[in-house]
Amino acid sequence: MDLTAEERGILAGAGGEAAKRALEYQIEVGRFWGAKRLVPVTNVHMMGDIEVMGDAGLQYLRDEVARDARCTVPTTTNARCIDFAHCDRLGQDPAEAVKERELIQCLRRMDVVTTDTCINYQTVYQPHLGEHVAWGDTGTVIYANSIFGARSNFESGPAALAAAMTGRTPEYGFHLDEHRRGSFAVQLEAKLDDLADWGAVGKLVGETHQDYFAVPVFHGYHRTPGADELKHLGAALASYGSMAMFHFIGVTPEAPASVDGFSEKISISEKDIQKVYSGYRLGDGDARLVVFSGPQQSLLEMKRLAALFEGRKVPAGSSCFVTTNGAVLAQSRTLGYAQTLEAAGVTILEGVCFYILQNLSPMRRANGWTNMVSNSAKIVNIIGAHRFNTILRRTADCVDIACSAKLK
Amino acid sequence: MQRKIEVAQAYGAVVEGEALVSEEGFSPRYDLDRWTGLITKPGHKLEGQSIVDKVCFFPSAKGGIAAGWAFYDIKWKKIAPKAFIFGVTNPVMVQGAVFAGIPITAGWSPHPREVLKTGDRVRVDPARRLIEVL
Repeated sequence: MDLTAEERGILAGAGGEAAKRALEYQIEVGRFWGAKRLVPVTNVHMMGDIEVMGDAGLQYLRDEVARDARCTVPTTTNARCIDFAHCDRLGQDPAEAVKERELIQCLRRMDVVTTDTCINYQTVYQPHLGEHVAWGDTGTVIYANSIFGARSNFESGPAALAAAMTGRTPEYGFHLDEHRRGSFAVQLEAKLDDLADWGAVGKLVGETHQDYFAVPVFHGYHRTPGADELKHLGAALASYGSMAMFHFIGVTPEAPASVDGFSEKISISEKDIQKVYSGYRLGDGDARLVVFSGPQQSLLEMKRLAALFEGRKVPAGSSCFVTTNGAVLAQSRTLGYAQTLEAAGVTILEGVCFYILQNLSPMRRANGWTNMVSNSAKIVNIIGAHRFNTILRRTADCVDIACSAKLK
Repeated sequence: MQRKIEVAQAYGAVVEGEALVSEEGFSPRYDLDRWTGLITKPGHKLEGQSIVDKVCFFPSAKGGIAAGWAFYDIKWKKIAPKAFIFGVTNPVMVQGAVFAGIPITAGWSPHPREVLKTGDRVRVDPARRLIEVL
């Protein structure tokens, strides 16, 4: 790999022990992918919480602090696993909560900004066309590459932390033009009136094209999609298909002019979307858990939920959770959306995502939850490891289900 | 016939171990019990099998970012495999394996099922981009 004088200096210890180790690690990863050099990054977003890191990861952070590890570029954190205000009620492990607090302190001592959000692209930092970043949480990466035209690979916790230390990342994958071209075309004939419909598109396209380097090109849609719609599309493509980028003709900055020349062309009709909804097993018919999470809710999603829940009530024995970040929650309180949701019996969790909650499997058993209903195709996909039977429904239907405990 | 597999990309030290060959992809978050090293995802083609100290052959990588910390976690708990051999992989698996110091390869020729089966002893030589059946 070609290294700059500055990078050779870091390897010689000029940036301290933590930066030296981080760069050595990045060079190994880069070599695997055939990277010719490293590229400077302006922003890092990392996943780091006690549920994903475990005791080994916490010890690693303690060691990093002891090595005087410091971020060299602005670095933020993804959604985490414990909401300290609700952890007792949720039955989360107090010993793990103590570790989570220590972990957060370690990150802050390294100058990590603990934003605890998976919607950094809506609330914290919006990179511009061609800007190289090192982001983790797949939903953030696909949004950065596709909507902003910024450049990032999926950067897992250790890789993002290394990028924070060195201010650069190996140049492979989506940092390179050759991987950013569309690989197949998807015509959107369906109406896609609800966020869940966009997630369903992501499921249909992702499941059938599972490949990190596949880049679908959407076209033919009858109107301009909004940010939350593209967020649900991207999150689902990344979750079902392990994809890191899509194009949308007329919408995203690097989309091709047309789909002429693509050998593979598929289309998504209204019937295809209906089939997604009818494909879920209703299990025992019990519908006592409804979740709006994965990704966290934007302010406009909070507004819509508040309007739908206004004057209604989640019945005793049922649970409804909404997750968002601290900034959105604060503004939702100012605007009254949070109060409306709480008056309806909805629990708002801050700085977390439902599927990574610490102790989720025991929580499921303790509450006797079998089915989980959500308007997020992503969470419907990935929460299966905790043995939930999951059901995707449109947003208004989810609210009806939350207030009636009846599936439909 | 010489029983060997050439790989396209590789990291790590030379290791020998018992092969565990999967027809299904792998995620350390969604398929694996991270306390025992057993594949516990209901319906996974290796459900009930242990990856501990095995040379694991998986056709593809599944799952998201969280997998990056998981390999370090299982290595620390002494339930890591000897090596990960992927048909197709993604950055997270590679970042995680390198961070944990677990050898990893991607891209294989011929397909493992043509030259070996679960239980065979194999040697993984990342520097030579070669896997040999012993």
